[in-house]
Amino acid sequence: MAFDHQEINQLLQQLRANPYRYHVVTTPHTGYLRRFLVKEGDRVVGPSGKWLERPGTGLFVLERERNEKIIRAHTTGEVYKVHQRYEGQFVEAYQPVLEIRHALTQEEIIAELLQKSLHIVKAPEKARYLLAPQLARKIEKEGEGRVVIQPGEELVIMSFMKRETPIVHEGPPMVVFRVFFSHQQMVEQGAPLLGLCSQKELPYIQKLISRIKEEWPE
Amino acid sequence: MSEIFRHLNDLIDRVHYLQDIKGEEWGGCPYILEELLKLKDRFYEVADDHLEDILKSLESRLEILEERAAKDLTPYEIVKITRNPQRFTLLDILENVYDSYTELGGEGETNIDPAMVCARAMIARRVGGKVYLHQVIVIGHEKGHGEEYRTGGSAKPWGNEKALRYMRVAETEGIPIHFYIFTPGAYPIEDYPGAAQQIARNLYFMTKLRVPTVAFISEGGSGGAEAIGLADIRLMASCGYYSVISPEGAAAIEGKLKEGERPPRELVEFCARQLKITAEDNLRLGTIDRIVPEPPLGARRNDYQFFKRLRYEIIRATDEVVLRTKSLKAFRTYALRRKKEEENPPEDFDVYVRWELSEVEIEKLLDLRSKKYRSMTRWAVKVPKSSLKSCLEKTQDFGARFYHDLRYGVLKQGQKMLQRLMEEVSSEGAVLIKQVTEPFKAVYDLLGAKGKRPRPKIVSSEEQALEDMGELYVSPLALEDRTVTCPNAERYGCPDIWVPDLYGEFCGVCPNCGYHFPLEYEWYLKNVFDAKSVKEFNEDIASGNPLGFEGYDKKLEQARRRSGRRSGIITFNAQVGGISLMVAMLIADFRQGTVGVAEGEKFIRACDRARIMKRPFLAFVHTTGGIRIHEGTLGVVQMPRCTMAVREYIDAGGLYLVVYDNNSYAGPVASFLGCSPYQFAIRSTRIGFAGPRVIRETTGEEIPPDYHSAENALRRGHIQGIWDRRELRKKLYQALLTMGGKNLYYR
Repeated sequence: MAFDHQEINQLLQQLRANPYRYHVVTTPHTGYLRRFLVKEGDRVVGPSGKWLERPGTGLFVLERERNEKIIRAHTTGEVYKVHQRYEGQFVEAYQPVLEIRHALTQEEIIAELLQKSLHIVKAPEKARYLLAPQLARKIEKEGEGRVVIQPGEELVIMSFMKRETPIVHEGPPMVVFRVFFSHQQMVEQGAPLLGLCSQKELPYIQKLISRIKEEWPE
Repeated sequence: MSEIFRHLNDLIDRVHYLQDIKGEEWGGCPYILEELLKLKDRFYEVADDHLEDILKSLESRLEILEERAAKDLTPYEIVKITRNPQRFTLLDILENVYDSYTELGGEGETNIDPAMVCARAMIARRVGGKVYLHQVIVIGHEKGHGEEYRTGGSAKPWGNEKALRYMRVAETEGIPIHFYIFTPGAYPIEDYPGAAQQIARNLYFMTKLRVPTVAFISEGGSGGAEAIGLADIRLMASCGYYSVISPEGAAAIEGKLKEGERPPRELVEFCARQLKITAEDNLRLGTIDRIVPEPPLGARRNDYQFFKRLRYEIIRATDEVVLRTKSLKAFRTYALRRKKEEENPPEDFDVYVRWELSEVEIEKLLDLRSKKYRSMTRWAVKVPKSSLKSCLEKTQDFGARFYHDLRYGVLKQGQKMLQRLMEEVSSEGAVLIKQVTEPFKAVYDLLGAKGKRPRPKIVSSEEQALEDMGELYVSPLALEDRTVTCPNAERYGCPDIWVPDLYGEFCGVCPNCGYHFPLEYEWYLKNVFDAKSVKEFNEDIASGNPLGFEGYDKKLEQARRRSGRRSGIITFNAQVGGISLMVAMLIADFRQGTVGVAEGEKFIRACDRARIMKRPFLAFVHTTGGIRIHEGTLGVVQMPRCTMAVREYIDAGGLYLVVYDNNSYAGPVASFLGCSPYQFAIRSTRIGFAGPRVIRETTGEEIPPDYHSAENALRRGHIQGIWDRRELRKKLYQALLTMGGKNLYYR
């Protein structure tokens, strides 16, 4: 991904102006919206527990064919807007009925920025991954964000059922900015493995991160 | 000087012990403790004589307090004595009661399960100056004195499996087993071999363990205790407890407390009192045979007099078990009985009893064990006396026994022999005729006089047999005009289901993901068994309140009114596709299918009837929540009792099938259900030992929401298959045919 300074600055500005993510809750199907279980300003939590076994806060009751269903929050945040006019009314499917405002954490903002600014190497299939030995040695010696990889150099080794496949770097020389997996970890298909950036962009990203860490509350 | 110091420390320990039992501020405990601690601080400043005088006066005050404390010990205080870290443990017994021992299957922390100790030990008996050494296997829980790895004596499933392994060793070697029960309960995890399933296997094996067994109970926590508790004689420590549930657990249920809430002390005391957990209570209830006296406030690890007593009691109990099997035993039994009266056990025994048994004696031992457990708690069964119906039933039972003994015993043998002979003759004849007629047939075929006759169409007997279902049963749940949401709707996108469709045509199964909604037990009665084939028996046996648990009568009355039943189990004869079978069905409608005395008795009677009438036996679990806590240990002993009946049924050649539906937990799964070689579950059921809350509270570990699912039970090897409710009748019919084989009586 090309590094667009303007776009990043714009994003940062936007985030600073409004450090929230808004989740619009819609009705899953038609029915009568019997009552809201929350009011504006209430704090709600999304599913929790190790296996997300505890359901989120109940938001409203939707009834269809005498089947009362509690629609629950999928995200943690504050109830920002409740469309009270729908209470007791018949609603169509996918009708927005309330909004949840989720305050972005420092980690979430950094992750979002990195997603936009880094070149992400994704896992081609579900397998166990390990850094190529040469790269691992270099990173261990110099640390993340300092090692430059050349085109054709081995990045990671995908290991599954005694089959080992190397993944090589294609494109211009880049710096390994982040390693998103631990040694021999089982990674799902499509999950990020490495975050790369060009040498030129490196100081800018580092500065960006340090600024977010300084400016943003924990 | 060092002796005085030791004395001082001992007194401090005694005060701490008293405070642990009666509470920090009880009596003058804080004052005595303060004085003792002051004395300890100034130990080297005070003269010896003066020190001794002070200690003597403090000790005499402490003795008065101890005496007072021992006089009015409440059941919950007895529980505290049992759990006290100063109390003796199994290793103390091995050190002080036995002459030498070798731990088997691990030692200390290097162990498959440090909470379960198995040892090969020798115990000496002196008779007239001569010493006889007896070889025994000792199996028991080790609580340890504060070692974390012992998990407080809660044996893990593999710990119980280890116990079973050494029971087998004892059986091979023909030496008695001494069981020592020091457990607050089994460690409730489902990993293979599974808490419930392993306890069931242990119980099943112990019912016919071919060596004399004696159990000693100090802390008998429900299922965990039963895993090594089915013995010929059960001794109990006078300051021990034996209970269906911990008083705190019972208080949490009675008080309907939320997870993490601590029950109030009064409620815990109330539950401990109501559960009848003390040695005296258990002796009165008949769940134990004898009490081993302890010092007034319980024995601690350095009470050598108690170990002497225990040694005497354990030898005497083993003698008693052995002598019961002997034909010539009058004098020796008399000698043993005489000893019973003695307050202080003598060093010497009057008699020497050899603990090896002959084959005939082993048979007698097993017979006596069976009788012992079968008769246990029978006094508490509520049956209407001398009613015409019960007389008729008894006559019917007698008639059935006579008829089936005649038909399957005397006549069947002759019939079988004749049948085999006829088969042989006809097979020989067929070969001979074929040899003679083959040339003629070949010529006839060559001439091609006629076209081949069409083969008769084979009609599937299964289809024919399963066709007849009688009138259609509609679940009352289907009478509502509304829709419901499948619990898996978010994951699999299941559409809402119209209730009349769901509980009618779909048999309570989500057509999209296959989730099974719970259905009432009547649905199974009408849809699984042949029309009008269900004939209930023993319906008069009613659940009661044998312990007089306060407030329980009201709950029972409510359950009776709501369900229209007298107990949580229905036993009946039925047919599936023309195959007659005996069924015991635990139902959710009556106290969540929990098992008490009445349920146990009805199960045993059904099992025995299946054995007499030579019928396959099906235990259908609509739901069971475990052993009914309101019946205390009377409920717990239904575990060995019912397992005994099942074992005898299977040994006699019966086919025992278990089918689980909805939720099946705890005691029943850990005994008469879990011991079946053929266990199946209907989809979406949950099977396990303890529920998620108990697991979280006891082990401190979170468990995934599908931890007890039928799929996971199948994956762990606890059950043999998962059936769809829509195919239940067909699957049951197939199972009866395929698993029946030559052991299926109806053949």
